[in-house]
Amino acid sequence: MYRQMARIRMFEERAAELYRAGELPGFLHSSVGQEAVAVGVCAHLTPGDVITSTHRGHGHVIAKGARLDRMMAELYARETGYCRGKGGSMHIADLDLGILGANGIVGGGIPIAVGAALALRLRGERRVAVSFFGDGATNTGAFHEGLNLAAAWEVPCVFVCENNEYAESTSRRVHQRVKDVVTRAVAYDLPGTIADGMDVFSVYAVVGEAIARARQGRGPSFVEAKTYRFSGHHLGDPGTAYRSKEEVEVHRRRDPIKLFREKLVREGLASSAELEAIDGEVAAELEQAVRFARESPLPKPETALEDIYS
Amino acid sequence: MRKITYREAVREALREEMIRDARVFLLGEDIAEFGGSYKVTEGLLAEFGPERVRNTPISEAAIVGAALGAALMGMRPVAEIMYIDFIGIAMDQIVNQVAKVKYMFGGKARVPLVLRTQGGGGRSSGAQHAQSLEAWFVHVPGLKVVMPSTPYDAKGLLKSAIRDDNPVMFIEHKLLYATQGEVPDADYTVPLGVADVKRDGRDITVVATSRVVHLAMAAADRLATQGIEVEVVDPRTLVPLDEEAILASVKKTNRLVIAQEATPRCSVASEIAAIVTERAFDDLDAPIARVTALPTPVPFAPALEQHVLPDEEKLIAAVHAALQ
Repeated sequence: MYRQMARIRMFEERAAELYRAGELPGFLHSSVGQEAVAVGVCAHLTPGDVITSTHRGHGHVIAKGARLDRMMAELYARETGYCRGKGGSMHIADLDLGILGANGIVGGGIPIAVGAALALRLRGERRVAVSFFGDGATNTGAFHEGLNLAAAWEVPCVFVCENNEYAESTSRRVHQRVKDVVTRAVAYDLPGTIADGMDVFSVYAVVGEAIARARQGRGPSFVEAKTYRFSGHHLGDPGTAYRSKEEVEVHRRRDPIKLFREKLVREGLASSAELEAIDGEVAAELEQAVRFARESPLPKPETALEDIYS
Repeated sequence: MRKITYREAVREALREEMIRDARVFLLGEDIAEFGGSYKVTEGLLAEFGPERVRNTPISEAAIVGAALGAALMGMRPVAEIMYIDFIGIAMDQIVNQVAKVKYMFGGKARVPLVLRTQGGGGRSSGAQHAQSLEAWFVHVPGLKVVMPSTPYDAKGLLKSAIRDDNPVMFIEHKLLYATQGEVPDADYTVPLGVADVKRDGRDITVVATSRVVHLAMAAADRLATQGIEVEVVDPRTLVPLDEEAILASVKKTNRLVIAQEATPRCSVASEIAAIVTERAFDDLDAPIARVTALPTPVPFAPALEQHVLPDEEKLIAAVHAALQ
């Protein structure tokens, strides 16, 4: 789990550097600060389980098993990327890994996860679907329609709200009245629990129950993971126009990776040297990924006309 | 050959494909006990049970999104949107998700999903229950669009649509459900992307879609008594569009009227006119004419609705004008 969190953190930081250096086209939404949610959830998932993700999806897909080299190649818009350069950061997907796509539309993945879960149930499989989304998505119709349908049909789906307190730049104090997002689960008679999204153990414990329920055929549930986005909405947004430095600083003190390291060392589960060794391995993996991406061919222009229809 | 209604033809296609392939299931509003607003799915719940004939909440986005999720997992859902007018709620799922996942994922997804719906006016259903919105979907790469006009085509095309690995918008017409036509007992399909010449003629081509095919056939009967032989071409599928069949007819008759129930701006008729202009301009002896609804919402009052929608008289006038 530590390795996965480090992979996400370092991937995001390296991608940000490369983006600022002008090497990556398009948009980039960093999930730095939210790693514990992706990892705490996906640690429960088997390769056969499926997820839907968001525009801020790098962490989810890495935690679900994506390779860093093919992800980086996609960010570099190369033929070897997960989407052959047709998706980009916001659309990384690999059905073989159970990744039904990051998604550029806020809330868009929620009903898709419900349908995937229905398919699993119709076939009598013990696999589950997990839908990641942010607090902003909980104001969309797709969220409410999706949760209601999941509850009505009792499908094996776990809804994971990464509440990072901001819908792009709009504070949750402005965009919704509920104190806790999880309140909304009540409307659909879904079990709802709050997890500390900066503490991977808390996420792991809370989501574990929800996923076990789904796997046992006891229906969907809702988890609100309270987390925080250390960067702005996307690279290019410093995130300072609508958040105070003090506020960001308070959350940075609860950096999920720092907390995790401290706990591992304190409880004697790993030594600092072991963790640093993992960091070194991840850094090497990442540099290999960047090299792979840079050396990969660009897609041929005529491939733009492929993959529209089967 | 036996005759059945368009409604029965659609139902037979659903039933036969559900028997043929256990991955096919239905979801939509009021399709189970109630049998659907237009009774297309009547009896299917009793035969296939509630897991495969699924009533949904009134949640069009969730219906389409759930169908997509199931399709990505290897099922072959047939979702019903009760009225095409209600599809606005689901447009994100259709346009941004269903149509694009395969492309965005670099080709690795298959989306065997049929979205059945019905549109069209003529029953005083009012502005939110009577539209012809096919052009919205024709515009979006990644979708196929089917508009059958007869029971034979409806059954054969729906079977093809269900067996297709792409998302298909299958747009029925509420006034056609009770119409009858010959449909064989044996299993058959009608391929997507192949037009049908519903009537041969040498003087002028009328390309018509959905219910307007029947108006064109009636108009052609009347024009024949005046010595004018109209060729009626029904594209049957709008995406993929059988351009060659339309061009072949235009090369034969040298005159073209395009007739549809939708409003004119940026419509299928406009698209066909553009294609023929680009590819067969020199074959035309007269300007292409479009017979469409007037560019208004569909009005409630029969007197107003009749004025707005295309009819035989408008078609006949357009044919005469093109032959001048």
